[in-house]
Amino acid sequence: MREKIWPLRFWARSWWQQWFRVAKSTQNIATLNARQIYILPTRWGLLYGVVVIALLVGSINYALSLGFYITFLLAAVGNIAMLHTWRNLVHLQIATHKVNPIFAGDFAEVTLTVSDIKNRPRYAINAFFHKDKTVTQNIAVNQPQTFVVPVSMPKRGRHTLPRLILNTQFPLNFLHAWAVIESPLQVLVYPKPSDTFNRQHLSGDTHAQNGTQLNQGDEDFNGHKNYQLGDPPSRVDWKASSRSIGMFTKLYSGTGTCTLWLDWALTDGDKETRISQLTRGVFDAHAAKQRFGLKLPHLILQPDDSAQHYHHALTALALL
Amino acid sequence: MMHAPNATQLKWLLITLAIVLVTHTPNLPVWVIASSLFFGVWRYLIARKQWVMPTIWILLPITIVISLGIIFTFKGFLGRDASLSLLIIMCALKLLETNTTRDYMIVTILAYFVVGNLFLFNQTIATFIISIPPLILLTATLINTSLHHRQPMQFSLKLAGQLLLQAVPLMLILFVLFPRIPGPLWGLPQDANKAMSGLSDSLQFGHISNLTKNSAVAFRVQFKGEIPANHQLYWRGPVLWHQEDRNWTMSSTKIGLTPEKAEVYDAPIAYTMTLEPHNRLWMLMLDMPTQIPQEAKLTHDYVAVADKPIRARKRYEAVSYPQYKLGADLGERERALSLQLTDGENPRAFELAQGWTSLTATDKVNKALNLFRQDAFFYTLNPPILGKNPIDAFLFESKRGFCEHYATSFVYLMRAAGVPARIVTGYQGGEFNPNGNYLIVRQSDAHAWAEVWLAEKGWVRVDPTAAVSPERIEFGISEALSHANELPLMARKDYPWLKRAYLSWDSVNNGWNQWVLGYDDKKQRDLLKKISGRSVKLQEMLVWMISVIVLAMSATAYFLLKQNKTKQNPTQRLYAQYLRHLKRIGLVPQASETALDFAERVISALPYHQHRIREIAQLYNVLMYSASPNPELVSALAHLIKDLTLKKP
Repeated sequence: MREKIWPLRFWARSWWQQWFRVAKSTQNIATLNARQIYILPTRWGLLYGVVVIALLVGSINYALSLGFYITFLLAAVGNIAMLHTWRNLVHLQIATHKVNPIFAGDFAEVTLTVSDIKNRPRYAINAFFHKDKTVTQNIAVNQPQTFVVPVSMPKRGRHTLPRLILNTQFPLNFLHAWAVIESPLQVLVYPKPSDTFNRQHLSGDTHAQNGTQLNQGDEDFNGHKNYQLGDPPSRVDWKASSRSIGMFTKLYSGTGTCTLWLDWALTDGDKETRISQLTRGVFDAHAAKQRFGLKLPHLILQPDDSAQHYHHALTALALL
Repeated sequence: MMHAPNATQLKWLLITLAIVLVTHTPNLPVWVIASSLFFGVWRYLIARKQWVMPTIWILLPITIVISLGIIFTFKGFLGRDASLSLLIIMCALKLLETNTTRDYMIVTILAYFVVGNLFLFNQTIATFIISIPPLILLTATLINTSLHHRQPMQFSLKLAGQLLLQAVPLMLILFVLFPRIPGPLWGLPQDANKAMSGLSDSLQFGHISNLTKNSAVAFRVQFKGEIPANHQLYWRGPVLWHQEDRNWTMSSTKIGLTPEKAEVYDAPIAYTMTLEPHNRLWMLMLDMPTQIPQEAKLTHDYVAVADKPIRARKRYEAVSYPQYKLGADLGERERALSLQLTDGENPRAFELAQGWTSLTATDKVNKALNLFRQDAFFYTLNPPILGKNPIDAFLFESKRGFCEHYATSFVYLMRAAGVPARIVTGYQGGEFNPNGNYLIVRQSDAHAWAEVWLAEKGWVRVDPTAAVSPERIEFGISEALSHANELPLMARKDYPWLKRAYLSWDSVNNGWNQWVLGYDDKKQRDLLKKISGRSVKLQEMLVWMISVIVLAMSATAYFLLKQNKTKQNPTQRLYAQYLRHLKRIGLVPQASETALDFAERVISALPYHQHRIREIAQLYNVLMYSASPNPELVSALAHLIKDLTLKKP
């Protein structure tokens, strides 16, 4: 209800993001032009201003010509510093690279390549999605600089990146220039695995469904079988395959090896709880290198133990 | 963003603050300098030896002791000197708890203020120059603090220099166009002007001779026409009427006295005075002023006084007449005041003058002057100390004195003989500076003379010093003293080269005073009037200022944002020069052509040079594809290209 009262919502979300001019990326590359840079004095700039005013008052009071000289020189330095701070940020090109999927609540590491297009070195450029996770770098002439900036994604699904802030206070710390950068790049966010996971919610060993692969596990080498499409490359016995005709996949046996069926119907709670429990199941199964299948309301993923399968399962859960 | 500064940053902050402290050494008590240095060294050792930072229980007692020290030294916290000392020592103390960027910023910004305080003490060219290195260093310290990754100090220093240089045009605009408000906005602390010297409103033995040891400039004068002869240069200051023991003061009952009338004759002398601040009211002028500046008024005894003490250098136009008749009628009250003597003092002098009662006033004057002339009176800056009845002691015993002795004794004798008389203090003479065509009058030219009132003639100037030492009046004080070393170096006549150098330096100083230090609200208005041809209102001034600033800022922004040119390496530069030469004969490389292909084409056009051309192409290829080009090969390439371009194809 409260969310619908727009001014409150407006205020609650970082309000300035709503109406500040934003640098938009085309094909994941944004270029900061002069109109996208904002600049305000910092508290040090304000303190410096107070000192300049004190000097001005003193100069008037004592009729000191050289007092005026230093007052005006310092005031001018403050102004010139403003230009320098501004030009330290303007005409930067920011390329955002593809971001690997993350679990909700984790930090994704967004790789940015920031390069200068005016043949000018840049100093102490800060980049962040979240103020407490700021990355600071210098940018040399003709040398694109990589920023690895963490971003947290609280919700599962496919999301565009939040707005990136680039700022700088170079050279005198008196002025704070910043720019807001928006990238159309999307991040796939897997659901957050639940902390607890009740094993009985899984349909356990279902030998009937895939009998040939009974007793397959990870621990002990148990012989070879003919290579089948879909066998993980790590299990291919390349040595044996090179010796004779045909390819072999190594077979391992392990205790309690069985195919897991993670079934939506067997979980309980609301939608998000179910999803997060299934995510835990997928996560654990993959960690244990166990074959698993996933049954969702409109989707069934056949059991497999490949990394690709694991990501498919998580993607399905993320987008459910 | 805000991170703890590293050891190098600390080192540079301490060095910078030490230099700021050094520039202030003449303005601080020794203990303040010593303890500030001590705190700095302590902070350095904390970083160096990994000591712990002192806690509040160590810092608090130190703070209390320092505050007591300031109160004890300066009798309180008020005033310029006390507040500067307090500011500096508290900044130094702050270092002991300086650990974060926040502390660094506060200390550095306060240090800018400390540098600004330099000009409270003096505003010479030297102080101006001294203020520059601390400003560069402080700016470099700020740059250091804003950098995240360590850069060499040269980087910060260079950038600081650039920032300050780029700020200069803006500073000049503000200096010229920022509306100047005449100060002060509130009362100045007592000690603000303590360094100023000048004539006081009373005269005692020793007063003027002390002033004479001071070579500071009292004022400078630019004459519109010829410079008058030295003996005409009597610069009129306070007139003293009241005698009490050895003290001569201005009359305390001036209110209601009839202003004296001056009749002037002959040619006027027009001139421009630039008066150094002396914290008194006198605006000195040549005898006898007729035209005075607006803010001044004439007292009844024809002294020009300002409406408030002169605390800033003042420039004004004036006109005086050397031939004049002042106060032809003497009122009763004025007569009484100008005959006043404290009874029972100096009996011998009194008795002597009483013996002249039968003579005419003019004869009395001559009698007294003859006394000085014929007796063995001696003109010296270091007269013996006189005891009780100082005039008796001077006239009949020591006979050694300075202008103040002669003037007071003469006026005493005149009054005792019944001739109305008074003392005039001021300056006499001056030194001509041919470099700037102006006259320098120093404190060492301070002088005292007498005026006697004669019927029909009014107040007539009589200078008894001239009777003893005519050279003093004709040629100035350096001629009058046989022992020149009593005088300040600059007022002496030996070392002529030093004098010449000094005069050149003084003309530079004079320009500085006129155009930099003397640039005030009045000069600003005059300048703008000159530029625009009419008087400029405050709003207009602001509009002008803002528009010029916007222009200057835009120009600066343009140059700052202009794309840096890609730097060509020497090989590229040489090759470009070679191509330019070939272009003149119509040979231009195609985009698809390599250097060697192009060379073959050039050879077919210039077969005579084929070896050179081939070698150039080969060298160019080698140099372009090597990571660090061999400088010998580069110079070989330069040679080949030079050879080729010099010879006509």
